[in-house]
Order: sequence, then structure tokens, then C-alpha cells
Amino acid sequence: MSEAVPQKQFKYITKRRRVIEDRRFITGRGNFAADYNFPGMLHVAMVTSPYACAEIKNIDASAALALPGVRYVLTGAELFEHINPLLSGLDLPNVKRIPLAHERARYAGEWVAAVVAESRHIAEDAVEMVEVDYDPLDYVIDPEEAMKPEAPMVHPQHGSNILCDKTWVWGDVDGDFESAPHSLAFRAKWSRNSTVPIETFVVTAKWDEGKELLDVWASIQMPKYPEQIARALSLPVNAVNVHFDVDVGGSYGLKRGIRQTVIVSYLTRKLRVPVRFNEDRLENMSGGEMHGPDRIFDMEVAYDGDGIMHSIRIKATDDAGCYPGRAPLQLGKPVSAIVGPYRIKSASYNAISVTTNKTSQEAVRGFGQAPTNFAIETMVDKVARSLGMDRDEVRRRNLIRADEFPYRIPSGSEYDSGDYHTVLEKLQETAAWQELIAKRDALRAEGKLAGLGLSTCLEPSGGNSSFEPFLNPKNDTTTWMESCLIKVDMLGSITALMGTSTSGQGHETLLCAVIGEVLERDPDTIRGTHSESIGALPSNSPVGSRMAIMLGGAAASAAEKIKTQLMEIAAHNFQLPVDRLIYDGGDISVEGDSDKVMTWTQLVDIAHRNYHKMPLGSEPGLQAQHTWEVPTGGALPAEDGTVQMYPCYAFEAHIPLITIDRETGQVEILDYHMGHDCGTVLNPDIVRGMTFGGIAHGIGAALYEKFEYDEGGQHLSGSFMDYLLPSSHEIPHVEMIKHYTPSPLTTFGQKGSGESGYLGAPAAIASAVNDALAPLDLELTTLPMRVRDIEGLLNGQND
Amino acid sequence: MSEHKITLTVNGREMSGYAESRVTLVDFLRDELGLTGTHIGCEHGVCGACSIVLDGKPVRSCLMYAVMAEGHEITTVEGLEGPQGELSPLQDAFWENHAMQCGYCTPGMLIATHTLLVENPDPDEEEIREAIGGNLCRCTGYQQIVEAVQMTAKKLREAT
Amino acid sequence: MKAAPFDYVRVSSIDEVCQVLADSGEEARIIAGGQTLVPLMAMRLARPSLLIDINDVSELSGISVDGNDLVIKAGTRQADALASDIVKSNVPLLADALSHVGHTQTRNRGTVGGSLVNADPSAEIPLIAQTLDAVIVARSTRGDRTIPVNEFLESAMATTLAPDECLVEAHFPIWASKNTGFGFHEVSIRDSDFALAAAAAQVTLNRKGNCEKLNVAIGGASPAALRLTIVEEELVGTDLGDDAIKAACAKIGDLIDPQADVHADAAYRGRVAKVMAGRAICDSRDRAKGVLQ
Repeated sequence: MSEAVPQKQFKYITKRRRVIEDRRFITGRGNFAADYNFPGMLHVAMVTSPYACAEIKNIDASAALALPGVRYVLTGAELFEHINPLLSGLDLPNVKRIPLAHERARYAGEWVAAVVAESRHIAEDAVEMVEVDYDPLDYVIDPEEAMKPEAPMVHPQHGSNILCDKTWVWGDVDGDFESAPHSLAFRAKWSRNSTVPIETFVVTAKWDEGKELLDVWASIQMPKYPEQIARALSLPVNAVNVHFDVDVGGSYGLKRGIRQTVIVSYLTRKLRVPVRFNEDRLENMSGGEMHGPDRIFDMEVAYDGDGIMHSIRIKATDDAGCYPGRAPLQLGKPVSAIVGPYRIKSASYNAISVTTNKTSQEAVRGFGQAPTNFAIETMVDKVARSLGMDRDEVRRRNLIRADEFPYRIPSGSEYDSGDYHTVLEKLQETAAWQELIAKRDALRAEGKLAGLGLSTCLEPSGGNSSFEPFLNPKNDTTTWMESCLIKVDMLGSITALMGTSTSGQGHETLLCAVIGEVLERDPDTIRGTHSESIGALPSNSPVGSRMAIMLGGAAASAAEKIKTQLMEIAAHNFQLPVDRLIYDGGDISVEGDSDKVMTWTQLVDIAHRNYHKMPLGSEPGLQAQHTWEVPTGGALPAEDGTVQMYPCYAFEAHIPLITIDRETGQVEILDYHMGHDCGTVLNPDIVRGMTFGGIAHGIGAALYEKFEYDEGGQHLSGSFMDYLLPSSHEIPHVEMIKHYTPSPLTTFGQKGSGESGYLGAPAAIASAVNDALAPLDLELTTLPMRVRDIEGLLNGQND
Repeated sequence: MSEHKITLTVNGREMSGYAESRVTLVDFLRDELGLTGTHIGCEHGVCGACSIVLDGKPVRSCLMYAVMAEGHEITTVEGLEGPQGELSPLQDAFWENHAMQCGYCTPGMLIATHTLLVENPDPDEEEIREAIGGNLCRCTGYQQIVEAVQMTAKKLREAT
Repeated sequence: MKAAPFDYVRVSSIDEVCQVLADSGEEARIIAGGQTLVPLMAMRLARPSLLIDINDVSELSGISVDGNDLVIKAGTRQADALASDIVKSNVPLLADALSHVGHTQTRNRGTVGGSLVNADPSAEIPLIAQTLDAVIVARSTRGDRTIPVNEFLESAMATTLAPDECLVEAHFPIWASKNTGFGFHEVSIRDSDFALAAAAAQVTLNRKGNCEKLNVAIGGASPAALRLTIVEEELVGTDLGDDAIKAACAKIGDLIDPQADVHADAAYRGRVAKVMAGRAICDSRDRAKGVLQ
């Protein structure tokens, strides 16, 4: 860390502290969903559709059912009769989503029937014996083809393949384009990829007939999971108990296995034994929740000869795949930062969500922001190139200045704080920008293709739900709260509970450090833990870079309530007003009379045992809860189409230096610097790690990763041999430069960082590749930029 | 189809169980022997989450059938601690450097780097990256893992 | 991803392997390292009814020099071959290529013979065998059979090994001349991926520094690793100038038949195959001259 938090010294937060959760992972004692076993548990394997689109005429499971060990074969038709369709993010009453294909299979790999057997091995044997009679139908894979009136319809009852086509104009876009001396237009593509965790989705459900309670152990990261299960199964939510203490083996937005959960929940209620579905990698990659945004950007920018950008027009066409769950909402979130970190005075945005015969798109780290940032940054580079200006200079001229915050962008979001120029300056200084340019030019002089990349991007954080009412007026949700319950037991130890699961973000560590900070108690003596859903306070799960802000805020507020209770007990016993007392490390003394002290132990003992020493009418025991509303939340979008999306905005800038092998198209990253400002950093190691991981995801998206379909509608990237996750060889050492501009909206000035790195790395790598190609007057604007794409551009015309 | 009684040495203890021929070693370790520290990521030999030590060498336990391990010696992540549950220097360095997030690839990473340090107590960054080149991590970008191994190597050197 | 059911037998001698193969017919498969077979079985793309485990057959393991040949027994682990000084000093091309095979963990189990019988068109070991005119020895209850590698490698994932034959060893000719150098290049997307195209070359220069003998082959651009005899013929006798090498490699377009897959189109593979061949020949020349380590 290059600089201490400027505004205040903290005792526990902001310091390096070991991450509590790590202790169990390094000893093989994690509690992942596949680690839970129950007597008599049955296993599910899926029959999958070989067709991109087909009518399911008949399913004959008799041979499978005759195999010893096979207990049941569940079809979409049976589910359709007994459950409620799953929720859709948009208002699409005629698009019914059932966990298994019902009447029609709509993508290759779609789950058509679930085989239940005594072991996964037997279930897979039986899958081969289920005979499905399909009638193949016309299908559509390309989203632009899908928008044509003659295209085969994915959901005929919806009447169109267009799920959403909305345009917003913020400011005088036409006027600004007319008055600007320059404009340029281009198309950029972000191909279907995602953050692919190493653990697949795993869920076990167990119906307890005696309690009439459905217990669920799942590798889940999803808002309102218990509620969604209950709705689908027509159960009250208090009959569903999700065990949020299950460790989730990576998610980054994706672990949203509501279909899987509904299937095993239905089965355990029907068969009266625990049922597990542990996706294998093939089920996971083709039929699970693995596919992310798949987006075409048509961009236009109006600018002047000084490189000042005046207005932008963005059209984003997103291929949602086959079933629109929350995927289309990923078109809404980027409105949060639709002009990036730049002072662009007007903007228009046309968001189009299209359904095709591909696997459904799911939420991915950044919720649509990483693709949008890539498109915006590509635009800024193009402005610089068109004027012959340096890319950093164009950015400096357009970046919002530190004295302009809070800054309201045309679409209505107010950026809380930032010091973009300083971060960029620090980064360029540390990275030795001029020397990197010299190094690049020296490589070029040797005949190599070398490029220096630059991106300056925002990470909106503190996730709220504003994109829901923004894209779906029937949804009037305006809170996206998070809660914490703290109890101090009779012997004085502190336990804090959250009502959600964790997939690597270190929430236990977060709770302990924040509560320790407020109560001035050693975090190592505090236990932070996950409540079961049945005892949990409202939560919206760790999405949208929100937990440092939201869980941190809830925990700090609950801890303040505990502190207040302690002060009141002490005041009552000292017979003094509270403002005469000093709280120090849990003990409370009288100002100016340091001999008069009540210790933490004494105070806690009074709260639990000596009601006669408590203030009249107070609540015995020592516990507090707090449920936090998202800062700046609570409002519906305005009638003029403006909306306050996420509250906090972190800033990141990336500088990679790369070379390209002219003859093979291989990219080598020689050097990588990144500047990062996410306000007050609660745990430096956690923020550092998430940022490095985000950069690795970004490099994967920029160079390697794509879910590919062929013209026959077959998914070609169904295994780890076909979908390429970068290894330790492909990810470089990254030098990170920190800066700390606190948010005025949060408890300690913290902003989110769960999506950091990923929001700027793809743009930066693309910038570097295009800088390397620039001397040849070539460019690429489609991600990923794979060896064959780069080499083909360089040499393909020779064929 | 054949079922076998399989006896092998796991983390210094002789253990036995039954498995069909087709049960992979990782499934056997997890389901039959209850050692759930070794994880399954891809079941086709790419991700390395199931890495174990077999006769002193790191290997994929999803690419072996359990019956093939009969009579062999295996170390899993559960075997890296000392007899009193004390952390190995490598485990401690993974913790100190927060060389993980979700923890799912961590057992495999520990196995890969543990065996590296046995063979090469002073690896450079390239050698560390080579040793974990077959272990995929989606959380960390690998950097804190490399740092943890570097710290361990340094500590081990200073101790000798 | 669980394999279909199968029977399993562990054997301890080559004769036993041959007997079981003879008795069980085409549905039996030998398993050694399993690094290719087990994933195929997990995806049920391979479903043998019987696996014959040869990991206990000690006579199938070992590295030695026999006359002018480096002899590697089929069950030798790739990691052991990579670490072997005998391999490095006698057939350094093979040692170099082995470092590109998979990664540490797969090399610890994977065997030299396993890679040869799997005959992946992109795999390094069959490519080196093809480059150096290796000879394969197979055994069955019918006796031993010696097969030149170009007759052994048939097409993608297929060899001429009979269903009842067990691969015993591979002989890699040792080039004794001091003025010999090798070159190996491959292009893969990630470091440990199968090559999109690979090339190996070995050259001996005469006293004048001209090419006396050149063997060069490419992988990943045809159904099986392919010797580039046209290139060899064109370059033998020349001083192996960069331009001559490039010109010779430009002619291989008609020989190769690259396949498209999700990772690369055929045109890409074709172009980079030429590049890899050129680089491999350049490196072999430079090593023969002692200007490259």
C-alpha cells in the first residue's frame, strides 16, 4: 500500500489481518455443498437435448426405470403440472420457465429429464436409456438474425424474439452531435463468456416430514433464494431452510441454481429421501448457469478537436439465450455509469435483449458493466487515434475532476467521490509510462509488434435494484437491504450473523473487523457466521459489489446499538449522563475520574443477569440488529428516464504492455500495472486478491474465453478442453497502486471492490492489442482476441 | 462390472474400502474414505482441484481409478498438517498471504506447491508458476499463491 | 462424468498382458497413465469392457541405449523420460519436446507409450518419433512385431497396432555426429494445451556448414504427424539460409490437411504449421552450429 487512509486512523479495519475463512480451506475442512452427505441420499443426472430446438413428442423412461438402482425419472411435463414457473426479470407473462424442458427443448444441452438413482454412476447409466422422441424444429443462433421477422421463434407464444427494446435519451444528444466538429461510429463485440467457477453448482434438498420443512444445502449466490424456492413449490417461505453456511466454491455472480434446486426439492418431497444434484462439468457448461453477457455495441461519439467528448449514442444488442431470467437486467445496470468516468454531457442508450436457441445467459461479475466499459474505452482510444492525440491526454481532458464530486451524469446517477486524475497520475508515474513507451518503441524497432494498453473505468458498487423498475415498470422494488444481527452472550463473547452465503469474499472476516472496530474489541475474539435462512434477517446476497458497503454498514450500525446499550447501562449505574462517560475497548469510565470504570465483563453480566441494575424498562440481554437500506436508494426511476443506480463508484486504471507474435498471433503480457481507488479499504489482502482475480477474469475474456456455437446450434465449449481458463502461465504478475478517496455515503468511506479488475482489464488488453496493430493500420474490436483472430487479421489475406 | 476391496496408505494410515472398477480415486477418497478435502472441478483432468500426492508425486486423482491405487501411498490436503494439527509452513504462508478466496482450488494448489518445495526448496517465480500451471484458480489471479510459495521457501531457507 | 461399467485386471508381465488381450478381444483396453483414456471414459466416448492395468509390469519401464538407438519402454512415465540424462544426452530433441507435454501432474502419470498409441495428431511424442524415424516394438501371443513409426501412426487417434498387441518399446535413433542440432516449436493457446501446430527438426551439418542430413516433421496439421520430405530434399546440401528455409516451408501447403476445431480454423493451422517448421529448422541449424544452446 502506497498511502495510509488519509482521513482517519482505524484500529482493525484497513490493516492487514488474516482472513478467518482461510483457516478451514488450507486444512481441507471447507464445507462445500458436495461435502454434505445424508443416509439414503439419491443422485440426479440429466438427460439433455441434442437439438438446438425440438418438440418433445414422447419420453420413454421404462428401460431406465428397469435398471437396478434407478428410483425415478422426472420430466418437464410433470414439473409443469406441479410447480409455478420461475421468475423472469422482465415482464414476459408468456415465457414460462420450467426447470426441465416442457413440450419443447430450446437449446442444445437443455435438461429434458432428471434421472434419480442410488448413485451418480447408475444415474448416468440410466440417462443413456431414456428414450426421447424429438421432432427437430428450426432454430436461430445469431441475435441479429433472431430479430428479423422471418426468424424462427424461440418462444412462439411471446410473439417475437425481442424481449426488450428500449431507448433513453438523456440531454440534447442530437443537438450535441450536430454542433460537435467530429464524430465517429463503430461496432464492438463482447462474446459470450463468463467467470466459470471451479466448483459446479451442487444442491441437496431434504424434506423433513415431521417438521414439514425443506432443508437445502447449495452452492448458491443469489438474492431471494429461499423466496424463489418457496414460490416455485407453493410453500410458505418459513417451510424452506437454506443452510447459508455452505462454502461456495466460487461464483462471481453465476451460482444461481434455482432450476436445480426446484428439481431436487420437488423430488425430495415426492420420494421422501434426500436428493442431490451435483452438476458435472458437461451439464454445468452447456445446461447450467455458466453463460454471461453476449453483446454487440453500436457506438457513436461526438467530440471536438481538443479531444473533448460531448455526447454518445450506445446501442447494445444482447443475446440473452433461451430463457430470460435476470440476464436482460444486465443491460440496465450499466446505465449506472453509462458515460464511464468522463464528463460527457448527453447520452442516448438503446438496450435490446434478444432470445436465441442458446443456453440462457446468467449474471456475471459486473452485471453488464465490463462489456460496456470495454465499448466505452475502445471509443476513447478511437477518439485519440482519430485526432493523433495521446490516449492518456484525451482521458485527462475528459475525466471528471476531483472538485466536481458529487457528479451527476446525464442518466441521473450521482457519482459519490473520486480523484481520477490523481490515480491516473500515480499509476503512470509508478508504471513509468514514458519508459514503457520507450520500451514498446524499442520492441517495435526490433521488428516486433508491441502495444501499450490503457483503460480508465468505473466499478459501480453497493448494488441496489434500480435496474429492475428501470427495465420492468411492473416491478416497484426500491429496497435492496442487507442485515446484521449481533449478540453478546452472557460471558461476553460476540457473535454476528449474516443472512446469506459466501463465495470467497471473506464476509466472516468483514463482520469481525467492522464490529471489532466499532466496539473496540479484538476481531479474533468475535465470531462472524451465516444464519440459516429460517432465522435470517433480510438479505440480498453478495451481488453488485455490495457487501463491504452493505453488510459492513449493517454490522457497524448494529454494533453502534450495542455500544449505546452499554453506555446506557453504565450511565445508569454511575448515575451520570452518557456524555460524561468514555467508552474504551469495551470498558466504560467516567470522564476525568479514571478510577471509576465498569468493565466489559461487568456490563455484559449486568445485561444478562442483573436486571435490577438495568435502566428502567430496558430490554434484558445484549443484542442488536440492523437492516441497512442502500445509500441513495429508495426511489423509483424518474419520469424523465433518469435513475439513481448504485451509490458508490470505485475507479480503476490499467496499463498492460504486450507483444504479439506476428506469425502466430500469440499475445504475451510483459508488464501489467493497475491503479485502484475503492475508498477506504477494509481488508487490504481481500481487496488485493479480488482485484488480481478480476484482472485474470478480464484477461480470459479479452484473449481466451468464449462459449462457441456452430451453425447447427451445437455448443462447442462444453468442457475445460474447449473453454479455456487462463492458467498461471497466462496471467502476469500485476503491480497494483492504491489510492483512497473515501465515499461520503458509507460508514467508513468504503466502496465496493468485488468486481474490480474485471471492469477494466478487458478494455486495457484490447487497447494494448490495438496499439500493437496500429502501425499496420489494423484493428480488432471483438473480444476475445484469440490467436487465430489476430493472426488471421495479420496474415489471412495472404491465403 | 467388478467390485474390489482396496487397501492403500492415506496420510500415513492404512485404509480400506470397496469400490467398483469405475470409481475414480477422488470419488473413493471422498465418498468411501470420507476425505472431502480433495475437490472435484472438472473430472477430465484439466483443473487440478483433485490433485493428490501419489508415491511422492503430484497427480490428478480424477484420472485414476481407485482400484489402480491399491497398495500405493497417498497424501491428501488432510495430511499436510503436523501430528498435533499444527499448520505446515506452506499452509501458514497460504493463510498469511490470503492465497485463496473461495478455497475450492486450494487443496490442489497446496498439493502442487508442497511437492514442488520438496523437490526444489528455492524455486523462482517461473518454477512456481510451472508447478501450478495445471491447477486452475478463478479467484486469485495466482499472484498471492506465488507470493505464499515464495514466502514459504524463504522461511524454509532461513530455518536451515 | 462417470465411466460406463467395466472389469479390471492388474497384470505383472508382458506375457500376461498379451494373454489377457488374446483372450478378451477388442473390448479390452490397456491402461497405463490413463491421462487420455480416463477423460474419454468419463465422457463415455470410450467404453472398454475390460481395463488391463500394466502399471505393475516392471519390464515395461526403463530407458537405455541399445547400439545406435535410445530405447524407451512403453510404460516409462513422461516425467521420468523428461528427467533422464540418457534421453537428454542422446536424443535432446525428445527431451525438449517432453517439456511441452501436458504439465507436471499429467507427466507424472502419463507414459511415453501411452502417448504413442493414443496418436493424437497434435501430440509431441508421436511427432518426435515421426521426425526421427523411430521404430515401435509390439508384442502379442503371436510374437514380436517391429513397426516403423510411419507405418505405426495411421490417422488421428488411430495406429496400426492390432487389438491383441501390446506396445513394448520405442527405439529413437541416435544421431552420433557432433554437428547435429535439433529444433522444436509449437504454438498452443495456453501453455499446457495441445499444440495447434508443432514442428520438430534435426539436422547434421557437414564440415563446410552445409546441410548433410535433415529430418523435419509437423504435428497438428494432418491426421498424423507428418514428415516433410519435400522440405528435407530441398534443403539438404544448402547452407540452410533463412530465406531458403522459408521458401522450402512455403511448399508444404499441399501436403498438409489441417482440421478445424473450436480452437483454430484449418487455414490458421496451415499457416502456422509452416512457421513452426521454419522455426524448428532454424533452431536445429543454430544448435548444430553451436550458436544456440
